[in-house]
Amino acid sequence: MFSNEQLERYSRHIILKEVGVKGQKKLLEGKVLIIGAGGLGAPVAMYLAAAGVGTIGIVDADEVDLSNLQRQVIHTTSDVGKAKVQSAKETMEAINPDVKVITYREFVDSTNILDLIKDYDFIIDGTDNFPTKFLINDACVMAKKPFSHAGIIRFRGQLMTYVPGQGPCYRCVFKNPPPKDAVPTCKQAGVIGAMGGVIGSLQAMEAVKYLIGKGDLLTGKLLTYDALKMEFHTVKLPQHVKDCPICGENPTITELIDYEQAECDMK
Amino acid sequence: MKITVGGEVKEYKDGLTVTELIEAEQVQEAEYVTVALNEDFVPRDEFETKQLKEGDTVEFLYFMGGGRA
Ligand SMILES: [Zn+2]
Repeated sequence: MFSNEQLERYSRHIILKEVGVKGQKKLLEGKVLIIGAGGLGAPVAMYLAAAGVGTIGIVDADEVDLSNLQRQVIHTTSDVGKAKVQSAKETMEAINPDVKVITYREFVDSTNILDLIKDYDFIIDGTDNFPTKFLINDACVMAKKPFSHAGIIRFRGQLMTYVPGQGPCYRCVFKNPPPKDAVPTCKQAGVIGAMGGVIGSLQAMEAVKYLIGKGDLLTGKLLTYDALKMEFHTVKLPQHVKDCPICGENPTITELIDYEQAECDMK
Repeated sequence: MKITVGGEVKEYKDGLTVTELIEAEQVQEAEYVTVALNEDFVPRDEFETKQLKEGDTVEFLYFMGGGRA
């Protein structure tokens, strides 16, 4: 079923007992949606394309800006001004023509997110703002889709994985978005370029493990990384938050919410 | 008493409350921090009264945006 070229391309996967021909087939049949083609989405998209994840959707409304290139390694200098999703697609297809890349040049909001995620097996939150992070969480809980949450700022990053029925969601931990401008985004505060590489690569790892069905995911755990201290730390979370308004026993959120964006996040 | 804060064992006076620990640890954006005590979340309205005891494990969880812009 694999061509000789595929056997060679994926040979370092196939030789792994946890992957093998079976696991590689699962990757090729896998569908992952990446929301945000920036600091986090760039390494996720590149590693998943290289790994042969068969269908990768990528959502972003923006164009490549010169100030993105310090960390968004999927885009190059000649891509400045181009739609991020187009630039990302070109890089991913150059890495691996086996992969079908589907681009969505749009902002996600309550009107389109359920439609965007419905055909995918796993969702990557590579966004930079809290309204969208909560929207992705709520939509994934409602649609019973697993997803990887991550955030990066300055010299720190964190991630957790939600799988329906297997531990808490993002809202279990963080309840509600902070008031706009109360907590800085990385545009306001800065972020060290390689942080997206560290945390985005971990998100890609979670997606791959989910697709091949091997190993332990970051469900019920929040992994934090402090680059200045050079420390990783895993925080064990409560396994079940009964009164979570979206995944708890009596959900009070029954419709998706478009929270107000901090003004500096709007272009 | 000894408690574990963010994975580090620390010495604090008996009866320390969550609010006092937040101050002592100089937690940033403390208004928005999530506090986990022995793998359970502490409701914000209990920060001032919740006293910590020997052997407790406390974690501070922060909002982290960033990624795309
Ligand atoms: Zn929840």
